[in-house]
Amino acid sequence: MYKRNKYKVKSNKKIAKNVYEMILEGDTTYIVRPGQFINIEIDEFYLRRPISVCDYDSETITVIYKVVGNGTEKMSTLKEGEILDILTGLGNGFSEKASGERPLLIGGGVGTPPMYNLCKKLIEQGKKPIVVLGFGAIDEVFYEDKFKKLGAQVLISTVDGSYGTKGFVTDIIKQLKDYTYYYACGPKNMLKAVYDIAVGDGELSFEEKMGCGFGACMGCTCKTKNGDKRLCKHGPVLKKEEIIW
Amino acid sequence: MVDTNNEKTYDLSVNLGDFKLDNPVIPASGTFGFGYEFEDYYDLNILGSISLKGTTKDARFGNPTPRIAECKKGLINSIGLQNPGIDAVIEKEIPRLRYSYKKKVIANISGFSIEEYKECCEKIDKVEEVAIIELNISCPNVHNGGMAFGTSPEAAKEVTKVAKEVTTKPVYVKLTPNVTNIVEIAKACEEGGADGICLINTLLGMRIDLKTKKPTIANKMGGFSGPAIFPVALRMVYQVYEAVNIPIIGVGGIETADDVIEMMLAGATAVEVGAANLKNPYACKEIIDDLPIKMKKYGIENLKNIIGMAHQ
Ligand SMILES: Cc1cc2nc3c(=O)[nH]c(=O)nc-3n(C[C@H](O)[C@H](O)[C@H](O)COP(=O)(O)OP(=O)(O)OC[C@H]3O[C@@H](n4cnc5c(N)ncnc54)[C@H](O)[C@@H]3O)c2cc1C
Ligand SMILES: Cc1cc2nc3c(=O)[nH]c(=O)nc-3n(C[C@H](O)[C@H](O)[C@H](O)COP(=O)(O)O)c2cc1C
Ligand code: FES
Repeated sequence: MYKRNKYKVKSNKKIAKNVYEMILEGDTTYIVRPGQFINIEIDEFYLRRPISVCDYDSETITVIYKVVGNGTEKMSTLKEGEILDILTGLGNGFSEKASGERPLLIGGGVGTPPMYNLCKKLIEQGKKPIVVLGFGAIDEVFYEDKFKKLGAQVLISTVDGSYGTKGFVTDIIKQLKDYTYYYACGPKNMLKAVYDIAVGDGELSFEEKMGCGFGACMGCTCKTKNGDKRLCKHGPVLKKEEIIW
Repeated sequence: MVDTNNEKTYDLSVNLGDFKLDNPVIPASGTFGFGYEFEDYYDLNILGSISLKGTTKDARFGNPTPRIAECKKGLINSIGLQNPGIDAVIEKEIPRLRYSYKKKVIANISGFSIEEYKECCEKIDKVEEVAIIELNISCPNVHNGGMAFGTSPEAAKEVTKVAKEVTTKPVYVKLTPNVTNIVEIAKACEEGGADGICLINTLLGMRIDLKTKKPTIANKMGGFSGPAIFPVALRMVYQVYEAVNIPIIGVGGIETADDVIEMMLAGATAVEVGAANLKNPYACKEIIDDLPIKMKKYGIENLKNIIGMAHQ
């Protein structure tokens, strides 16, 4: 279930090149699973902006977003204390149950945020996640320490080799063997590459341009082996076996 | 509603022919799914009625994505009539909506040939929950069909006639604004036996992404709607009101109770709210809650009395 509510910006700060972390205060009761998203109204923009929940507790929601256009640029100028109109509790989210003992969590760029709350939940359940994060260069890397503090093993790749393994997340994943299941979120070409080389079952989180974010407009439909799905409602997370590329 | 301060009652009810609505506010086709997508937000029974997603004979996936482009004061969509097909709508979607909505609905029917319109109307004719058939001859997002029927008076008249032959339910024809003479199309529908006119559907538009330097939506063009189109919709409702003697449902850019009143002054008996639902899922509820307050402000006791008042 999803609801509209007002949220107060508690903080909004730059954490890497063009990447911001924003903490929002307000009702979080409709967020029930990692991998869900919220839809944020920004002044002067007609459509809301969908952003994944990075973490949440009983009073706050943390999101991490990259400035890619005018909407996110405006978002980056929001000041502490400003009030935002937001829909929360959107999307299906990841299923923690399927994880097994040693799940692999894969995040590409701003596909990393939803992995954080997932990682936290899995560790709380006594699982031993391996987190693989891919970025362009060293100045884009964020949340490495936060994942480590949760107790996860963290491996990082950068395209230019300025930090961690040179190349893509798949260059790291190729070397890994003993993972039980995988979760991935990132750009579509990364998801496809992961899908092609990762072994065993997994689930992947997709993006699409959205009109509403809650299943009313059919703007975000994709074909799956289980029929047509609206990514905002029956996604953004799809099981590996149902994906049609 | 009773105003306790000065004992005045405000009558929001309107009649689309024999179909009595508690208020004139109806979510527009395509922006409210099959209704139940909104049941978590508020009690749907406060709505005047609901216009269901455009339905075709066969199930349709619709157009490739991206299907949505943001605009200043609106959006462009190229959904392409994604729907599960008339049989599934009758067997699954309408019964599903029944759990949360007890009033009658408006079925929005689309086709690619006269035969398809006919078959869908025949089938929907038997569905008790449907009060009105809205014949969508105005979808800009499908090739050879949809809007083609809505841009020629002869074709519009013909498809209206065929629908009327196979159903006893009132038929409202939904018109496209993408024509030079809206009045002549509306008149042709009336001659074909239409019980009412619904207008407008979306305006053909497009956006180009500055980063990729390519059209934003996969289909290149799509239907533009939202508050930016309100003056166009209002003008067309005004023109059609002067030319026909059947009720009009006014659609296009409505976001507030003020907009509803303005549209009714132009000649609309009821209104449909589209894009506003996508931006704010409570849009229809907020409009309905605000209507009596605005009626008081503008000295209106009975909404029925203001229909077409701007023409007097
Ligand atoms: C379920 C979901 C979760 C997301 N989570 C995150 C996240 O945690 N962090 C993050 O940085 N980004 C995330 N995104 C992408 C984010 O929504 C876009 O980057 C953002 O909408 C861009 O807005 P803009 O105005 O800056 O860009 P513009 O390009 O100017 O936006 C124009 C329009 O296109 C839409 N749009 C542009 N890019 C995307 C995109 N990639 N996905 C969907 N719509 C887009 C915008 O919403 C807007 O309607 C997510 C997207 C989805 C669908
Ligand atoms: C996402 C979307 C889907 C739509 N689908 C349909 C449809 O299936 N059938 C139809 O008759 N009109 C459809 N429309 C048009 C609306 O019903 C309405 O006529 C139009 O959007 C103008 O109203 P608005 O400005 O309030 O949105 C759609 C509009 C949008 C935005
Ligand atoms: S964005 Fe409207 S249905 Fe998914």
